Amino acid sequence: MLKRLLLALLIVWISAMPLRAVQPDEVLADPALEARARGLSVHFRCLVCQNQSIDDSDAPLARDLRLLIRERLTAGDSDNEVIDYLVSRYGEFVLLKPRFATHTLVLWLGPFVILLAGLAFVIRHRRRDRTAPNEQPLTGEEAQELERILKP
Amino acid sequence: MIIETGHFALLLALAVAAYQMVVPLYAATRGDERLMRVAASSAVMQFLLLCLSFAVLTWAYVTSDFSVLNVWANSHSAKPLVYKISGVWGNHEGSMLLWVLILALFSAAVAIFGTNLPPGLRARVLSVQGSISFAFLSFIVLVSNPFLRLDQVPAQGKGLNPILQDPALAIHPPLLYAGYVGLSVAFSFAIAALIEGRVDAAWARWVRPWTLAAWMFLTVGIAMGSWWAYYELGWGGWWFWDPVENASFMPWLIATALLHSAIVVEKRNALKVWTILLAILAFSLSLIGTFLVRSGVLTSVHAFAVDPERGVFILLILCLFIGGALALYAWRAPSLQAGGLFSPISREGALVVNNLLLTAAAAAVFIGTLYPLVLEAINGTKISVGPPYFNFTFGILVLPLLVLVPFGPMMSWKRADAWAATQRLWAAALIALAATLIPVIAQVRGPWLAPLGIGLGAWLIAGSLVELAGRIKLFQAPFTTSLARLKGLPGQAIGMTLAHLGVGVMVLGVVAVTAWREEIGVAMKPGDVTEIAGAKITFKGESPLTGPNYSATVGRFSVETGNRVVSELTSEKRIFLPSRQPTTEVGIHSFWTGDLYVAMGDEAPGGGRNVRAYFNPLVTLIWIGSVIMFIGGGISLMDRRYRIGAPKRAATAAVPAE
Repeated sequence: MLKRLLLALLIVWISAMPLRAVQPDEVLADPALEARARGLSVHFRCLVCQNQSIDDSDAPLARDLRLLIRERLTAGDSDNEVIDYLVSRYGEFVLLKPRFATHTLVLWLGPFVILLAGLAFVIRHRRRDRTAPNEQPLTGEEAQELERILKP
Repeated sequence: MIIETGHFALLLALAVAAYQMVVPLYAATRGDERLMRVAASSAVMQFLLLCLSFAVLTWAYVTSDFSVLNVWANSHSAKPLVYKISGVWGNHEGSMLLWVLILALFSAAVAIFGTNLPPGLRARVLSVQGSISFAFLSFIVLVSNPFLRLDQVPAQGKGLNPILQDPALAIHPPLLYAGYVGLSVAFSFAIAALIEGRVDAAWARWVRPWTLAAWMFLTVGIAMGSWWAYYELGWGGWWFWDPVENASFMPWLIATALLHSAIVVEKRNALKVWTILLAILAFSLSLIGTFLVRSGVLTSVHAFAVDPERGVFILLILCLFIGGALALYAWRAPSLQAGGLFSPISREGALVVNNLLLTAAAAAVFIGTLYPLVLEAINGTKISVGPPYFNFTFGILVLPLLVLVPFGPMMSWKRADAWAATQRLWAAALIALAATLIPVIAQVRGPWLAPLGIGLGAWLIAGSLVELAGRIKLFQAPFTTSLARLKGLPGQAIGMTLAHLGVGVMVLGVVAVTAWREEIGVAMKPGDVTEIAGAKITFKGESPLTGPNYSATVGRFSVETGNRVVSELTSEKRIFLPSRQPTTEVGIHSFWTGDLYVAMGDEAPGGGRNVRAYFNPLVTLIWIGSVIMFIGGGISLMDRRYRIGAPKRAATAAVPAE
């Protein structure tokens, strides 16, 4: 149950945000196709902008890419075919979500490896703490005090 | 002459910093208490000198003294006074001066309020502060001097980046810097503790208020940046995972973890080694943030500096401090004494989980921000890492954390009963369930999972309230008793409740605006009407406007709901004079249910104006949540235990670390 809940919340989190910069004349007549175009365009970088998706950007290039996506979709391409097409034209740099591949292993797995490493660190320390008795050695003064008390 | 006075004060501050770095450390090593006392006076002196220096630069901006290179390059005589002042830190040199000024302020505060610290610890802390100050003052004097003069005095300045001419952005950098730099105190305490080889409850209690203050500034600074982006950038987003946003978010995440782990050190004398590491990491990430933003290594709105010389200098500072701190940590940390034991199901265990998830989330942000740079440097492959990556990895790590938050305070120290803790949360669970059902019953359209997100927000809010109710025995004791107990609660307890509640409020806002945002883009001619979220927007027309340093096109809109005009909105497109850079000023009308947001686009091809309107449900809760977190931090900081009840250290000398 919890797992499903988490998964559900996760999907809420990552569900694409609606389109922003699109101009009225770009919108496709078919709402289903338009929705797919919007879903795709948050995943592409506006190549001439500073860290904006083509969905956010008012730049002419972003508009061209938005129109290109719609053209391909109207021509009957699947989402993946559109992505492949754009990558072949503009390189992987155009993708805001890098592909999972050997050169992005660190990127995708890094955070989770760190989580596991942290967990291992904690478990190891617990073991060490448990085996090492939690006693602090007496300081000089305390030792003297003890001696004084113990003396008959 | 005045400018030279400021310049001279800057150089003197550098000399004082060098003195503050070296002498107290030497005195502490020798155990010379009289000599250690110079740490405090030099920290205060350094602060006064930097105040003078900063005041002079401000004066140069206010009087538009274009003989100063920095003023000429970043100011304009027609700018409103407030932006002349904020222009002081709206550029690289001035913002670095502000950075060290705030650093000196924190050092002076440690010197003045830290009279209850053991003299050796205080001297060492201030010495480390002095070394940070020395490094950054050298940087300013050598490669980023704001007091350089021009031989030929130009008649007019080049102007401030118009996007920065905004009230929220005027105070955003000082707040953010106060957060960044405030973490230096935790860092200095960590280094001093490593040198002394001693970390105990007293240490944690001294560190925590400084971390808390820095965390509060970071919280409100980040929130303000996000709010600014929301109403200024004109497309209604509130968080973009932009590298500069990430640069401030990473220290926030680690500072949050540090706040939690320091509790364990204070209360249970455990997690010491880990807490020291977090203190080092938090400030290291602040330094990395400063490097990312200041060096121009990222191309983004905030990265004004493009000079590689500066980038290399900051990188050097970065390596020196982070590398040095981590090396010292690797050498000394293993000798720190292990603390109290605890079972995995316990308050300590819960805080460890909190720390692990927060750290991993910070790692996700860190890797996502830096990986493209590193990959390009290694083999020239250019990739982009954008919101889809961050939403996925960060989301996966933070969601379980959010679900677990209400359990933490229900756990007892050392060994807790998980089932009993869960039982105490039944009321919160019911409220969360009810909140989940509200959007379902109201048949709000949108992702079917969104109601669960609302449930999560309600769970966090109700969870913190239930915990508070339990503490004051609400409904179990007479109401007056509960009230008396509420008044008697320590500030820390109320602060925690509010901070967790603030997170819940923020989650509500995030989920609502992500799932149920509505938007419309239409070409409108005067008189045209469009509808969004049950509101009717009429375009009344547009007219030109001339501001002090810009010209604008102002669109006027009226908003009607139920045949009643509720608001007249204006939305502007501005062109700033010196640079011809366009900016937007959106029109926002806040309903109880959310914001109506109207932005002017370009002229439509067929005549008229492209207008974009959004309805952002509950979006304000994101910032209200941040403010609640900030207030929670403030109340916790007021806790009188920080002022009077600081535990006395054991009278005996520290056990040598070797």
